[in-house]
Amino acid sequence: MINKRWVEIAVGSFVVISLAAMVMLAMRVSNLSAFSTDGVYEIEARFHNVGGLKVRAPVTMAGVHIGRVAAIELDSQRFDAVVKLAIDDKFNHIPLDTSAAVFTAGLLGEQYVALEPGGDEKFLKQGDRIRIAQSAMVMEQILGQFIFNAAAGDKENKK
Amino acid sequence: MIATLLQDFGRVTLTAIARMGRGNLFMLRVLHALPSLRFGGPLLVQQIYSVGVLSLQIIAVSGLSVGMVLGLQGYNMLVDFGAEQSLGQATALSLVRELGPVLTALLFAGRAGSALTAEIGLMKVTEQLSAMEMMAVDPVKRIIVPRFVAAFLSMPMLAAIFSAIGVLGGYFVGVGLLGVDSGAFWSQMQSKVNFGEDILNGFVKSIVFGLVAAWIAVFEGYDAVPTTEGVSRATTRTVVETAFAVLGLDFILTAVMF
Amino acid sequence: MGNRVNATNNNGAFVNERANDSLVKVRGLSFRRNERVILEKVDIDILRGKITAIMGPSGTGKTTLLRIIGGQLHPLQGSVEIDGLEVPALSTPDLYELRKRMGMLFQTGALFSDLTVFENVAFPLRVHTRLPESLIRDLVLMKLQAVGLRGAQALMPAELSGGMARRVALARAIALDPMMIMYDEPFTGQDPITVGIIMKLIQQLNATLGLTSIIVSHDVVEVSAIADYIYVIAEGHVMEHGTPAELGHSKSPWMQQFLQGLPDGPAPFHYPASDFATELFGAPGA
Repeated sequence: MINKRWVEIAVGSFVVISLAAMVMLAMRVSNLSAFSTDGVYEIEARFHNVGGLKVRAPVTMAGVHIGRVAAIELDSQRFDAVVKLAIDDKFNHIPLDTSAAVFTAGLLGEQYVALEPGGDEKFLKQGDRIRIAQSAMVMEQILGQFIFNAAAGDKENKK
Repeated sequence: MIATLLQDFGRVTLTAIARMGRGNLFMLRVLHALPSLRFGGPLLVQQIYSVGVLSLQIIAVSGLSVGMVLGLQGYNMLVDFGAEQSLGQATALSLVRELGPVLTALLFAGRAGSALTAEIGLMKVTEQLSAMEMMAVDPVKRIIVPRFVAAFLSMPMLAAIFSAIGVLGGYFVGVGLLGVDSGAFWSQMQSKVNFGEDILNGFVKSIVFGLVAAWIAVFEGYDAVPTTEGVSRATTRTVVETAFAVLGLDFILTAVMF
Repeated sequence: MGNRVNATNNNGAFVNERANDSLVKVRGLSFRRNERVILEKVDIDILRGKITAIMGPSGTGKTTLLRIIGGQLHPLQGSVEIDGLEVPALSTPDLYELRKRMGMLFQTGALFSDLTVFENVAFPLRVHTRLPESLIRDLVLMKLQAVGLRGAQALMPAELSGGMARRVALARAIALDPMMIMYDEPFTGQDPITVGIIMKLIQQLNATLGLTSIIVSHDVVEVSAIADYIYVIAEGHVMEHGTPAELGHSKSPWMQQFLQGLPDGPAPFHYPASDFATELFGAPGA
């Protein structure tokens, strides 16, 4: 019969190893570590159209990752998209008149929110709203505009 | 001729249904006897040892090699698109969502499930279960429940270990041998692998597979015809049935989850 | 059915006395397995403090009878009464309570292969009593001493010979000091010395512990030597019953064939078949 003490030590190590594996999967492999709610403050931005923006998409400033999209909701009165941005506490000196825009990473990449700093002396705090928000470019609209402009240009040339 | 064929088909169907019924009744008995586990801590520890700890080796080795192959193959495929930075994400997603739970369950059926069936079946052959009954001890409580619970608990733990070691294997090949950037490997993985959707769903899968594998293993052992041949048949059935059940359930779960 | 040596009509008083003093009363017991009749209207009385043997050719339902008495199988009809309790009607907890007072020795010994000899004997004590460890140790050593295997306490069942395994199983069966013990084929496949040891143990335990013993066996010589009373079962019926001496003088040719081990007689050598010559050479004219 195998020593009871050894069996218990082995089972204990087994449990510890598997817990370590689960922690590694949670913290190192997945985005759980980047998604903790402490150490962030939330601000809000309203867009006419967020395009294909997803929850947990990155929020950047000058190309640097400073937070994530925490939630996307529809304001049923004004038919705006209300986007909640969770910004890391480290970046707590963002001017009040900062503007937000939804951009696309590369031609086919995912969409993200880019913040463009303003010049205000006051800074954004928990629950503040970004006033200036530029909607996502929607491919069909751009193409439609392009065709419309081209047609208009033709007419003017003919005049 | 056709009548005979139909008759054979009907008999097979009826036997299968009868077996399923017995399996379900047996499961009810096991669930009913679950509270008896509170007296059986040492029994459970012993079983987690023989079911979980002893499967660790095969799980670790397989996880490592599967991770390494994923790293290699993924790199060869992604490098054509200049997307080898996504290697971490590709490796981690396939491991966590699919390969971890499924391969662990298949290996588990071969290593631990068959051993459980054979052990319980042999206890039946050698009248140990009968003897226990005659000593006024319910073998379901004493023999089956600790083994069932141990198998059920061990599966998710082994699956987590498999996936974690697999990711490390992919890292070793991708970053260590093929020169993918270490930072990109992890950050791409972290930005694309979602805890709630991928890790937790993979975990739920492994729990379901654990339940099924444990159930089949103890049932086949308990239901085995008490002869040498009966036990060997039961052992084979455990492996085959677990494989079918896991693959079928995996398809259903994947369709529901992702 | 059969030719009763103690026929009721010429010794009615004896039968009544048996019924009153019996620990186990089996009445009108029938059992079938897949439509095949195993036992048909069997009446048996097991007397307190005696060794009663149930004999018969292989495959006649002797072991089945033991399992019905132990409550592991349900009879089709009839009653089994142990110490006033109707076994087939007992609820599971009551049945388990009754089983604590019964020991059973299985053909193979049925020792738990993952426990040592000591732990095997200690098993029923640990499960059913809350005795302190030191007391359990003393009890186990006493039981092992009784079967002469105290020296083997640290061995695993795989290291024991068949006879030793049976003796350990016997020690385990008497661990809880039962009122009754059932032996399933205790002599089968053992060498003469082991058979002698087991015979002596059965007798000794029965006398010293005040047990009631039921032996299921087909070993005529051994059983005749130690049993107080014998039931012979064949083809699902009790063929004869009586003391060994009475059975020895039985006039029934079947009984003589069984006792003397003759290959052919009322119990035919051949399994029922069509005519041999016909099967070999085909029907004439075919």
